[in-house]
Amino acid sequence: MKEYQTITEISGPLVFAEVDEPVGYDEIVEIETEDGRTLRGQVLESSEGIVSIQVFEGTGGIDRNASVRFLGETMKMPVTEDLLGRVLDGSGNPIDGGPEIVPEERHNIVGEAINPYSREYPEEFIQTGVSAIDGMNTLVRGQKLPIFSGSGLPHNELALQIARQATVPEEEEGDDEGSEFAVIFGAMGITAEEANEFMDDFERTGALERSVVFMNLADDPAVERQVTPRLALTTAEYLAFEKDYHVLVILTDMTNYCEALREIGAAREEVPGRRGYPGYMYTDLAQLYERAGRIEGKEGSVTQIPILTMPGDDDTHPIPDLTGYITEGQIMMDRDLNSQGIEPPVNVLPSLSRLMDDGIGEGLTREDHGDVSDQMYAAYAEGEDLRDLVNIVGREALSERDNKFLDFADRFETEFVQQGYDTNRSIDDTLELGWDLLSDLPKTELNRIDEELIEEHYREDESETAEAVQAD
Amino acid sequence: MSQAEDIESVDEDGVIESVSGPVVTATDLDARMNDVVYVGDEGLMGEVIEIEGNLTTIQVYEETSGVGPGEPVQNTGEPLSVDLGPGMMDSIYDGVQRPLDVLEDKMGTAFLDRGVDAPGIDLEKQWEFEPTVEEGDAVEPGDAVGVVEETVTIDHKVMVPPDYEGGEVTSIESGEFTVEETVAELSSGEEIQMHQEWPVREARPAGDKETPTEPLVTGQRVQDGLFPLAKGGTAAIPGPFGSGKTVTQQQLAKWSDADIVVYIGCGERGNEMTEVIEDFPELPDPQTGNPLMARTCLIANTSNMPVAARESCIYTGITIAEYYRDMGYDVALMADSTSRWAEAMREISSRLEEMPGEEGYPAYLAAALSEFYERAGKFQLINGGEGSISVVGAVSPPGGDFSEPVTQNTLRIVKTFWALDADLAERRHFPSINWNESYSLYKDQLDPWWESNVAGDWAETRQWAVDVLDEEDELQEIVQLVGKDALPEDQQLTLEVARYLREAWLQQNALHDVDTYCEPEKTYRMLGAIKTFNDEAFEALEAGVPPEEITDVDAAPQLNRMGTAEEWDEFIDDIENDLKEQLRALY
Repeated sequence: MKEYQTITEISGPLVFAEVDEPVGYDEIVEIETEDGRTLRGQVLESSEGIVSIQVFEGTGGIDRNASVRFLGETMKMPVTEDLLGRVLDGSGNPIDGGPEIVPEERHNIVGEAINPYSREYPEEFIQTGVSAIDGMNTLVRGQKLPIFSGSGLPHNELALQIARQATVPEEEEGDDEGSEFAVIFGAMGITAEEANEFMDDFERTGALERSVVFMNLADDPAVERQVTPRLALTTAEYLAFEKDYHVLVILTDMTNYCEALREIGAAREEVPGRRGYPGYMYTDLAQLYERAGRIEGKEGSVTQIPILTMPGDDDTHPIPDLTGYITEGQIMMDRDLNSQGIEPPVNVLPSLSRLMDDGIGEGLTREDHGDVSDQMYAAYAEGEDLRDLVNIVGREALSERDNKFLDFADRFETEFVQQGYDTNRSIDDTLELGWDLLSDLPKTELNRIDEELIEEHYREDESETAEAVQAD
Repeated sequence: MSQAEDIESVDEDGVIESVSGPVVTATDLDARMNDVVYVGDEGLMGEVIEIEGNLTTIQVYEETSGVGPGEPVQNTGEPLSVDLGPGMMDSIYDGVQRPLDVLEDKMGTAFLDRGVDAPGIDLEKQWEFEPTVEEGDAVEPGDAVGVVEETVTIDHKVMVPPDYEGGEVTSIESGEFTVEETVAELSSGEEIQMHQEWPVREARPAGDKETPTEPLVTGQRVQDGLFPLAKGGTAAIPGPFGSGKTVTQQQLAKWSDADIVVYIGCGERGNEMTEVIEDFPELPDPQTGNPLMARTCLIANTSNMPVAARESCIYTGITIAEYYRDMGYDVALMADSTSRWAEAMREISSRLEEMPGEEGYPAYLAAALSEFYERAGKFQLINGGEGSISVVGAVSPPGGDFSEPVTQNTLRIVKTFWALDADLAERRHFPSINWNESYSLYKDQLDPWWESNVAGDWAETRQWAVDVLDEEDELQEIVQLVGKDALPEDQQLTLEVARYLREAWLQQNALHDVDTYCEPEKTYRMLGAIKTFNDEAFEALEAGVPPEEITDVDAAPQLNRMGTAEEWDEFIDDIENDLKEQLRALY
């Protein structure tokens, strides 16, 4: 290991140093400042004679006399099952006052792509207990399903509710092969207050025991945010594919991660892409999000729920846009629903789960799941359209049929989506509730549901009583 | 250089000068543009993309972490090529044609390691070769000398390579051969093996292009019915995320009546490719009943695989498509998504510090796109036969904004445009192809086929549907202001008919066993049934029946069940009879 005192330039998060020996791309660097602090960084570009280094902890305090050491290896994460229950900082150092981590193995944090041929298609239903997700946008093991939110919306509450309640129904029946459930929480640039909220909940529910927490807070160096999610995912992959855990990874907030990416891009004077974000942001994000899934012959799985706040609630902003192109759907939080007091304020219309179709149906959830969900989507969308019209012409001007759809849309929001953060609904409850609502519509309007299923589930009496009441 | 060759030919060595992500520069490397090189101690595969004085720039197809200056670079002296021969069907490759199943074996892990090579086709496997020419016959480049049963569906023709001279066959025998053994010898001294190589960035030679006159039947009503694609045509599917691009592409790969399907997953999701790998071997090909994989070649370069291989995967795919075209097959190539390909070009270009064009894309974006799409077409082959390549490219416009450079440059080239619509997708109207924005310039040249194969009045019936949908679009604007009941009775009825067109005809459930594929006859009959409803309803209206009563007849909602009806012929007969009976009973 060679030490240099050859720093030529310091600019933003970057340090340039002259070297007389070749240095590998992506290698880890330690910089020791004159006051004895050790900062870590990574080689961003390596040329004959000069390297540029990105410093994770920020370049504050570095001067041209600082010494630079090249460790001769790329960044590794010490992994062990003992990580469960630990709280680490954004660079992977324990901050919970516990003992040093004794690694079983050390894994490269960049990770390698899973061979698509070796993947197993995710189709195991995860019951989150949230109707808007289970019924309409089902989550399955190995999926990456982000929450698209905005500043001030209760995305954290929803994420915590999912982390608390998520089960796979068969587990309850006890025929599970013994795979355990673990939560990895990667925080990037969240405020100390938000962090406390998460930690309190983890401690209150006892979830911390089966969790690993990585904390990069808002006042921690931005560049470190590049590393935090990779540490979290490396840990997740280890637990899932070597220790057979079913791992749920919550990453928040991806917007802060992307801001850090832009900051480094700007410091390197790269040609910027849309809105100043680097052109390789898609590839970079994919390298995080694609680290979810199942592998053939392995018990465990990695499921990801990244959270991002859309700047200006704009889903065409590059961050949600590129994310949506990589992830398998999205859960959309809605400001209007939130101000109406709907908990969780999930707008199901722009929400989507791409893996839903293979995770539901007979033998998985229930035979009628797909049809019920389709029908509710269509009916809610129609009700939403009619609301615009009501604003202009008033409710009286609409036909009886239209009024039924309007009622449906209202009930859908206040009874189906609304449930509170402590209610855990089984998939049966969710679907029965769906039938309750659908039975307010005339049978002939249920054109997305198989006729036999209508016969089996449609609540004849209710609609008749409803009609009778109306007739009075 | 393809992977089937040994690295023995390597001679000229260079030295790495700098490394930045997938871009590596080397000095003292004697190389031509696009030569394949092996970079570093681990021998990572790369391609020469720029030469400046003594400095050569290389894009590397694998991760470059840990690679540093001073390590060697070896030149193979050959351009990036694919291995062509039997064994490509029922295969899954990465962007530089390494078979992913073989890689899994060689690497011994589910994760993609670096520095591992594998030939694109199995060099050991014995194939049963059946000659189709005899000794003494004269053959020219492109002519088939024999066939091999590649899969249950595909007879693989063993052809005289296009760069051969040709001549009289001096020796040919049937029997079992590996792809590298000589199966025929020519008087010119040339020997023919099943294995050929072709550089991916060069189109394989073919004769003139012809005007396509046959549709690529997709089994999807909105596509076949309103916006058809020709065999040998080009189409683009742009749409924001969540609008169903991938499902639409997969439906085409499953149901279109091409002989061969090449499916390129370019920078997309790993799980999606896995779905294809798991589903296709089990699904039957609607034409032959054999497994779909028997006619399919998959190229998977997911979004987290190296970006340079994403750039090359499109070329790998189209070259394989051209090879099967040369056998006289109708090939359909799906590229999902071309935006990721363009972004890969952008990423490499910006690392080269090239002057950027629009939105940071390289100035040669338009040229690269049109070069790719121009490799599609219905061709006269050099052996006198005919073959076609249809190309369907998905486009992922940022923010769903169609004015961005990739969508715009693509639209200048393709003749069929299937615009996916987020609004339709939100209300679960699938396929979410917007009927007002989409178009097909093949319509007129394909009408004769429909008229002689499906129905004589096809063009009129279709035009009727288009007119009704147009009228609905206009009426909806008024309805938004004043409500439906304020419209005159005939317009209310038109809205009702349009609703059935949308819900019963344009919508199609890809997940339903029956509805997922709709043959052209059924597409026509379903449209006919809705037209019957329309005609009868207006008759009734003229006779003074109020519109509520007309739309209330029992038979009308049955129209929505046509798509999923198994015995559709009888089912539609019944509906048409019921409609006539019930509507005429009202007056």
